[in-house]
Amino acid sequence: MAKVTLKEIAHSYSGFSENPDDYALKKLDLTWRDGGAYALLGPSGCGKTTLLNIISGLLTPTKGQVLFNDQDVTRLPTEQRNIAQIFQFPVIYDTMTVFQNLAFPLKNRGRTKEEIEPRVIELAKMLGLEKDLYTKAQHLTADAKQKISLGRGLIRQSVNAILFDEPLTVIDPQLKWELRSQLKFLHKKFGFTMIYVTHDQTEALTFADEVIVMYEGEIVQVGTPEALFERPEHTFVGYFIGSPGMNIVPCRLQGHRATIDGHEIVLSQSYENIPVDARIEIGVRPEYLRLAPPNSEGEGLPVQIIKVDDIGRYKIVRVGLNERIFNVVMTELSGMTGDTARLLFDIDHTNIYVNAQLITGEKR
Amino acid sequence: MIVKQTNQKAWFMVLPVFLVVAFSAIIPLMTVVNYSVQDTFGNNQFFWVGMDWFKDLIHSERFHSAFLRQLMFSGIILLIEIPLGIVIALAMPKKGWGVPVCLISMALPLLIPWNVVGTIWQIFGRVDIGLLGHTLASLGINYNYTQDPIAAWITIIIMDVWHWTSLVVLLAYAGLCSIPDAYYQAAKIDGASRLSVFRYIQLPKMQRVLLIAILLRFMDSFMIYTEPFVITGGGPGNSTTFMSIDLVKMAIGQFDLGPAAAMSLVYFLVILLLCWVFYTVMSNIGEESSNGGA
Repeated sequence: MAKVTLKEIAHSYSGFSENPDDYALKKLDLTWRDGGAYALLGPSGCGKTTLLNIISGLLTPTKGQVLFNDQDVTRLPTEQRNIAQIFQFPVIYDTMTVFQNLAFPLKNRGRTKEEIEPRVIELAKMLGLEKDLYTKAQHLTADAKQKISLGRGLIRQSVNAILFDEPLTVIDPQLKWELRSQLKFLHKKFGFTMIYVTHDQTEALTFADEVIVMYEGEIVQVGTPEALFERPEHTFVGYFIGSPGMNIVPCRLQGHRATIDGHEIVLSQSYENIPVDARIEIGVRPEYLRLAPPNSEGEGLPVQIIKVDDIGRYKIVRVGLNERIFNVVMTELSGMTGDTARLLFDIDHTNIYVNAQLITGEKR
Repeated sequence: MIVKQTNQKAWFMVLPVFLVVAFSAIIPLMTVVNYSVQDTFGNNQFFWVGMDWFKDLIHSERFHSAFLRQLMFSGIILLIEIPLGIVIALAMPKKGWGVPVCLISMALPLLIPWNVVGTIWQIFGRVDIGLLGHTLASLGINYNYTQDPIAAWITIIIMDVWHWTSLVVLLAYAGLCSIPDAYYQAAKIDGASRLSVFRYIQLPKMQRVLLIAILLRFMDSFMIYTEPFVITGGGPGNSTTFMSIDLVKMAIGQFDLGPAAAMSLVYFLVILLLCWVFYTVMSNIGEESSNGGA
């Protein structure tokens, strides 16, 4: 197990280039704590898999260094990095039995039969594969095959880190949940450094102590699931995390007063020295918006109710203020009549973004 | 009471296929069957002889030796072409400008007509004017495929390897290209050696295309006619008289229609049987589940 450090890593698939647009990964610096559980979250094509392959050595970065416990491994081939990686689609050795599949990484490293056997049996029990141990792997279902892939990743106890590249994509939802808790359990038990790539936010937020959000080859925020939800540092994180995502609406700003289309909102913080030509946006989670009946004079923004989606425990209300659309999450809609309402902001959870970056003001 | 009538019109839909198959396979085959149970002395007069030709054939020394020669030939070229084809396919580049260059140069021998291939090697190997034959002769090596049976065999085998290994290469290469990158990546992660990658990833993934390659090469080599006929004409002596050459000698050279027909049928059934055996054995290789542990 090891601390993994990335120093000024950048990668371009077309080789070294001066043009920053050629880079799938733009310069990033990051340290993964020994024994931490991390999630790499971001939309498809944002460079998550590239980053993972650089850590495992399947790719050599165009620029920068990879360090394991302060040892430079940038040029070291995958086999010598002692790292485990699990891929999106099951990779199994067709002609081998489940047992042989699981034992393969140990066998290649010259472990004896006496060492291998108890370990394989223990792991197979954990993954629920024990009754298929001696059948050929190719006859199993996709679920079971992916369990074998996971097993081959988890079989070595001394690995520097385990990398997961969207490993649960092909798995049934019910089993997905089970395997995820199983992984968490193994993490607690053995203290592996785990890095989990996904584009599914629930998966990232439930798995990881710390989430790294990537967007177009750059890291936009590193933080706990809570921080990502409460104070997204970039509007992209606001959109991407949460369902529905954060409401982000252009506004004008003067001290602690924000105006959206001429309607004023009094904020809890005061913002000074905002550049004149900057793009200013107000961001608020649907969970921190409320609707009040239209007759409550003077308070909130007068909005039109466009649509109500009842999704069980709560309702998502889409409201419009002229051209601007807000999503509001409410558990109860009692007292609301007609299709107009007043929109109220929870000002302690309302953020201001200047050129897509979060800014902090002075407490009033 | 309503009787439900079965619509029999659908049979007419099958008729075109039936006619095509009848003219392409059934009628020609039945003609051969017809010849194989009769004897003729010319003048279009035929006599019923029953199974006599088949009995003769089974006890015929000539048939036995032609059959053995044929088996040996197919065996040798399979043993050379399949491994060689796999090795070349493994060595071929997976991307870049080398891919089209390799593919085209591999496809070239396959585009040359059989008798042209025969002629090329016939001249190539000649001691008086052929590049190969003359060079070997000036090096003091006694090589003359018109007199020495071993030289004749070597020439024909090398020619077949030259002509057909690229078919195996192309099939094996197609099989290799269909293996997703993730398998090689996983093998690196698992610390597998180059040999293990071949043994556990590449070979199993190539199994289906190799089955096709073996079947095609077996059938083709078992029926080989044109090239040895052009190069050696079956000689020296009878040393390269393979089954098809023998058959043609019998049917057209000696005009023994009955025995030739009987031999054709046996020949056909042998190919069918051996192909079935190959197919069954090879598709079972990956299927049987082993019960061993680590």
